[in-house]
Amino acid sequence: MAAKPRVATASLAGCFGCHMSILDIDERIFELIELIEFDKSPINDLKEFTGRCAVGLVEGGCCNEENVRVLQLFRKHCDVLVSVGECAICGGIPAMRNAVPLKECLDEAYLKGPTVHNPAGHIPNDPDLPLLLDKVYPCHEVVKVDYHLQGCPPPADAIWQALVALLTGKPLELPYELIKYD
Amino acid sequence: MSETDAAIAEICERFGNDRTRLMDIVAAVQADRGGVDGSALDAIASAVGVPRVEVESLVTFYAFFSDRPKGGIVIRLCDDIIDEMFGAGKVERAFREALEIGIGETTPDGRITLERAPCIGLCDQAPAALINDVPVTYLSGDRAREMVAELKQHGDPRKLVHRLGDGNNAHPRVRSMVHNGIRKRGAVIFAEMERGAALRRALAMSPVEVIRDIKTSRLRGRGGAGFPTGMKWDFTRAAEADRKFVFCNADEGEPGTFKDRVILTECPDLLFEGMTIAGYAIGATEGIVYLRGEYAYLREFLEEVLEQRRKDGLLGKSLPGRPEAAFDIRIQMGAGAYICGEETALISSCEGLRGDPKNRPPFPAQRGYLGFPTCVNNVETLCCAARILEKGPGWFAELGSKGSPGTKLLSVSGDCSIPGVYEVPFGIRLDALLEMVGAPNAAAVQVGGPSGRLVGPDEFKRMICYDHLATGGSVMVFGPQRDLLHVVERFMDFFVEESCGYCTPCRVGNVLLRQKVADFRAGRGAASDFAWIEELGDTMKTASRCGLGQTSANPVLSSLQAFRDLYESRLGPDRGDAFLPAFDIRGALAESERLAGRASVVYTGGEGEG
Repeated sequence: MAAKPRVATASLAGCFGCHMSILDIDERIFELIELIEFDKSPINDLKEFTGRCAVGLVEGGCCNEENVRVLQLFRKHCDVLVSVGECAICGGIPAMRNAVPLKECLDEAYLKGPTVHNPAGHIPNDPDLPLLLDKVYPCHEVVKVDYHLQGCPPPADAIWQALVALLTGKPLELPYELIKYD
Repeated sequence: MSETDAAIAEICERFGNDRTRLMDIVAAVQADRGGVDGSALDAIASAVGVPRVEVESLVTFYAFFSDRPKGGIVIRLCDDIIDEMFGAGKVERAFREALEIGIGETTPDGRITLERAPCIGLCDQAPAALINDVPVTYLSGDRAREMVAELKQHGDPRKLVHRLGDGNNAHPRVRSMVHNGIRKRGAVIFAEMERGAALRRALAMSPVEVIRDIKTSRLRGRGGAGFPTGMKWDFTRAAEADRKFVFCNADEGEPGTFKDRVILTECPDLLFEGMTIAGYAIGATEGIVYLRGEYAYLREFLEEVLEQRRKDGLLGKSLPGRPEAAFDIRIQMGAGAYICGEETALISSCEGLRGDPKNRPPFPAQRGYLGFPTCVNNVETLCCAARILEKGPGWFAELGSKGSPGTKLLSVSGDCSIPGVYEVPFGIRLDALLEMVGAPNAAAVQVGGPSGRLVGPDEFKRMICYDHLATGGSVMVFGPQRDLLHVVERFMDFFVEESCGYCTPCRVGNVLLRQKVADFRAGRGAASDFAWIEELGDTMKTASRCGLGQTSANPVLSSLQAFRDLYESRLGPDRGDAFLPAFDIRGALAESERLAGRASVVYTGGEGEG
């Protein structure tokens, strides 16, 4: 039997809600496991890519250099890259900072915010901390992204349909109920 | 009540405290006080009985209104691409230096404000500017400095006009330095006219017969969209209501269009006659000319022409030979908003609202101004209608091409030796036109303004008509020395600025497209961008609420079609790092590195890890 196609997932500047929605496919996860093998993903906690992947699902946009690096790796290792959910596609809630200069964001978060208790006045700056970007970028402004799967989060059924279509080569069926949001 | 409140109350009173006349009220307060500040907003709101936010949203919507005080003299420099090509940059620098202020600023003594304005309808006399209502043309750095010196001395923009233009530009009620620049007269618009002849012929017929004549002539709207005029009149006639309106759309704002300015200057009688005929045909007794704020210098003259027509019995409580038919016309001033050229936005503006387009249906012919059936026609269309009644529909239908009868006014500007207004029969080939206007070496032509098409030499054999190259009148010529991507980027600047912001495809799409063009100009395009641009353009066309967003992707889409090689030559190099060419990781990290006082370990300026 040929090796199963590999699927990688990542959560960048997101809330993990899209990953929760992936898990929301419920018992179909057994079907999925028949169909694919997970590569680098928070689902199996694999930290590095182990091989070429058919599909990469990316949640969240890029707010720091670590996000950029992970996204870069995904683009290099995945045949098809899918932006999953509002934050990956548009930047989402994290991108609300885009209208505010970076220094003001940091000051508000660590020094001046009404609930901040920080007598030493330190802004976290450990060398291990990835540097922030000037603004939050949607994934397709950083690397080429092949598909967008909208929603906040996209419904589990939409993710399921998209994955099955991508992996089996069958036409994608996304009924109106799965892509309307109001 | 304070003195200023009393003054504002007096202004509101003059317009009957009518909230639908907010445009006029705000314009009057603006002229009176140089701005409509918080207390003025309150005073207006309480006088006309609307929430303050309604007045505020109107004031902040229109470019000619301001919630902060401006100088008594406002200099608006036309910043469209044609003016830029002819030295608007130098003119702007000269104004800035002479006034010692930047764009959007007011001199410390509070007297003079300097601003930019989108196309003011003087591309054939570029660079041009408006100083208050006064158009000034053929500017240069030296002339700008002289003007500032003069203004500082006497403070009266009207005194800047030393030599008057041709035709009615020298009329005592106009006294403008603008030139008509009529280069070719055709049989429809610029032919001699006997006042009242067309109207009398129309009034001798029944309204139904008049509409039948317009239908027989196959006249289509001259504003650009080309809707059959007879059908529009018929729909408005068929709608049942106590009141109906004829609107003349004189808000020509499409960059590169200035033919209505010339019609308004030279043929106002033909226009008013067309409106009166339309009124008779559809059963309307009231007409409104929505005149763009940039043409305010023509208002007094137009009012005088209207007054004369009333005196001559061609307008008013009864019409010649039809004592039961009444029709009168009022001029409504716009205030610097391109979107108001869109008919439903125009109606909103006349109702004293922001220039937001309305949902359709209902169409204006069913429910328009104040909810009454309203027929909105372009200036040129109404002139054609008058001529059709005068000379007969068969005569008109014989002119032009099969699908596009009649003549068309083209306003030609840019890299040509004879810019100006040409009345040509529809169906003229673009190359024949280019020869006529003295542009044998044109590299590209923007037909129909930014919302039209950018065409290259491959398409110069095509005809100007509704079925091939459609245009509301704008023809901008670009020589081989021009950077067409820059032209496209400037057109997108225009749409970003002029989008009313109501619907997302237009508000966001224009910004995204502009950014993409800027990426290409910087040599950072990606091959995948082509499909992306087309998809986004398609979404904007399909999903935008009005004509602005439905056409604003055209500069990018049509240039991509005609000049794909230009885009392809600016694709970014493949750096082998999986990043899109437009993504600049070093730039994205610069501020963060400075704040943190440490450099990125991953992205050090060489290729990224991965």
